[in-house]
Amino acid sequence: MSVNLSKGQAISLEKKDGATLTAVRMGLGWQAAKRRGLFGSRTREIDLDASAVLFAEKQPVDVVFFRHLVSDDGSVRHTGDNLVGGVGQGGDDEAILVDLQRVPVHIDQIVFTVNSFTGQTFQEVQNAFCRLVDETNGQELARYTLDGGGDYTAQIMAKVHRAGSSWSMTALGTAANGRTFQDLMPAILPHL
Amino acid sequence: MTAELVRGQNHPLSQNRLVIRISAAAPVLTGAMLGDENGLVHGPQWVAHPGAPALPGVEVPRQAATRHRLAVDLGALPEAVHRVDVFLALPTEAGGPFRFGAVAAPHATIEGLDGTELACYTLTGLDSETAVFALELYRRQGAWKVRATGQGYAAGLTALLADRGLRESADLASAVHEASAQDSSRALPTPPSARSQDDSRAPAPYDTSATVPPDLSAATARDTPPSLPHDPHLPESRDTTASGPSRRPLADSPEQPQPAPSRGGRNPYDADASSTAPRDPGARVDYTHPGRRPHGTPPPAGPAADDRPAPPVAGDAVGWSMEERLYNQVWGMFEDLARTTAAYRSAVDFADSRLEKDLDQALTDPRGRLGTAGDTAREAAHARRAQLVDQARAVLDRDLAQLSAESEVVEPALPPAYARWDNPVWHGYHVPAEPPMALRLGDLHLPESAVLSIPLLVRLPLERGLWLDSGAAAADGFLDSAELRQLALEAAVALAARLLAVHPAGDFALQVIDPAGAGTAAFGPLLRAGVLACPPATEAAGVAELLERLTRRVDLVQMALRGGAPESLPADVDTARQLLIVHDFPHGFDDRAVTRLRYLADEGPAVGVHLLLVADRADAAAYGPLLDPLWRSLMRLTPVPDDHFADPWVGHAWTYEPSLVPTGSQIVHQVLTEVARAITKHR
Repeated sequence: MSVNLSKGQAISLEKKDGATLTAVRMGLGWQAAKRRGLFGSRTREIDLDASAVLFAEKQPVDVVFFRHLVSDDGSVRHTGDNLVGGVGQGGDDEAILVDLQRVPVHIDQIVFTVNSFTGQTFQEVQNAFCRLVDETNGQELARYTLDGGGDYTAQIMAKVHRAGSSWSMTALGTAANGRTFQDLMPAILPHL
Repeated sequence: MTAELVRGQNHPLSQNRLVIRISAAAPVLTGAMLGDENGLVHGPQWVAHPGAPALPGVEVPRQAATRHRLAVDLGALPEAVHRVDVFLALPTEAGGPFRFGAVAAPHATIEGLDGTELACYTLTGLDSETAVFALELYRRQGAWKVRATGQGYAAGLTALLADRGLRESADLASAVHEASAQDSSRALPTPPSARSQDDSRAPAPYDTSATVPPDLSAATARDTPPSLPHDPHLPESRDTTASGPSRRPLADSPEQPQPAPSRGGRNPYDADASSTAPRDPGARVDYTHPGRRPHGTPPPAGPAADDRPAPPVAGDAVGWSMEERLYNQVWGMFEDLARTTAAYRSAVDFADSRLEKDLDQALTDPRGRLGTAGDTAREAAHARRAQLVDQARAVLDRDLAQLSAESEVVEPALPPAYARWDNPVWHGYHVPAEPPMALRLGDLHLPESAVLSIPLLVRLPLERGLWLDSGAAAADGFLDSAELRQLALEAAVALAARLLAVHPAGDFALQVIDPAGAGTAAFGPLLRAGVLACPPATEAAGVAELLERLTRRVDLVQMALRGGAPESLPADVDTARQLLIVHDFPHGFDDRAVTRLRYLADEGPAVGVHLLLVADRADAAAYGPLLDPLWRSLMRLTPVPDDHFADPWVGHAWTYEPSLVPTGSQIVHQVLTEVARAITKHR
């Protein structure tokens, strides 16, 4: 089941069979900027960044982004910064892996965001998407198409939160503006 | 690069003359069976066994032992022979293990005559078998290859022989066992000392050197293959064999020197092919690596054991060798412990801050000022905190239990360079042929997990000098300054002995500066064993002379390396790595000597001169801040537990404990004696 969501749409997801979500991956992919003209090397590269912010009762506790690739507790891992995007489409250029079983007990929400570090709006980026995948079976839980998404440079994508003893996910898809996750904090807080 | 084979894997052989070494935890007998291109054995005369140990091109030991050396000359084999199967069998005499599953897995290595290890294979997964095919050398399109077979037979040698189509298998099997039993009764009993293992590698007095060509005897005298000291089964094997007193002569009897395969003489292969039973296709082949858990696939657990993690295995990490895998595993445990503790601390911090906030709120609420409502709110706040902390502690305990279980299997499997001094692996110590990739400097633990200590492994060669802080502030105040200095020196000597022991003979030299002679007693073990390159330098003159010499060496080696001509070094420059132990710095150092020492600390590590300073920083207070860069450039170790180590991931303050020799233990003495002997031989 893949949910193709439009901006702002929020739905709750839980696995149908009652099993708990144990590991999720946030994937982010976009196409490298086209080379134009004689001085092709001067093409403006596009750098999108995926980040995850860990909250304990609305307090940010830890953040995983390109300058802090692994959360201190080791449960959230960023696969590394990609500065230019993929040449084709389909694959994840950046990914954040969350081992939900290892998330510290006081962390109750994890918010995933996407920023355009180089400042291009999503209108200028080609074939950009972000998605959430259930790592245990590779199933796509939610997918956003970012390109043509309007005059924004960031998106608060989804949050994974505790629901009783298990985890569930809510897609947020709120557009925002900002260079890194810090700029997004005011936009994130209403969603907690 | 040694190929570590798994069952069914093959590997090309670049040489024709080979030495196959078998090591097992219990005495086994070995043999080799020759087959034609269809794998058929043409009769008993095609089997080399203890009763008929020599066939053209193949030579097997005459008796059961825990270590064997088989000589094979593929070039001397008749054209008709297309495969050689090396098999092991347990002796039938009483007292020994009756199945391979009862003892640690046997290990086979193939070496060239020059001692280079070509391939090795650990025969894992054996259970009720009493005879097993270990390796198969086979001819494929003119070239020889080796395959790890590992095909076992519960019915013993008879079944094994019969499987290759030998009709007289029962007779032959009993003849083999008889011959090995007869010969073992003649075996020389050697004293069961820790050195016997090494004596066996040296050319023993009864070595039939006359019949061994020089290149073969060189292979015999060669140092242990590098993988052997890391074999976790070795210490166990000693215990196993020592438990049966009647088998002691057997167990400790060294591998028998064997004459080289003779090329000439009567060809015993010309007998008619009498038996032509088709070869059994064999049981299911287990392709899993003995030391690895498959990645990606979930551990095969039943529904009941879902939340229980798979039992930990030593060497469960990536790497090209067992040594590297263990190194990576230990660092993985280090990171896991750091992170799981970070999760716990973060949760407790959060619980504390929330408690504070809740209490504040309870205080500011005017309704709570009268009556019991305030107390109830406070109680509730405390209960909330306790609940969260308990949850976090439960998670931490779960992780600690798993890491402790892993530590319990990893510690005994560590090679000497990584092992504590009380690890039995040191009792089976022999001088290694290659330097290790890392060294254990001590242990690290956190207050939350004092029971679980992680080995502090650093890569060799050391990139920074070491500083044993003899003024380590004795936080508990139980030790006075003199005791602390003594402890620091002892820790330094233990470290130096370890460094010396884990390097091949002649690759590592110790230099000592002890200006006041105050450390003579502590340096005693090094002095008595005679492992110092020269006596400790005393007085200012001696200090200056030694520093001058080392400075010259650093300078010359740097020049030679820069010029790309390392072979043009003067003959008196010792190219071995040097460890300079400086006791009581800066006593006996003038400004010039201090400058030289700083030069060595900066430039030395890149060209093999390393520093081990035993000093109290307060003693050098007269230098003011001038020596601060020196202190910072050194890795600080303390003789007493002290929390000054930060991990690279989270930055916890870890308590470091030096790796000291247990009180009363003679292990360092034994090890250094061995080292001294190897150094003498090396010269």
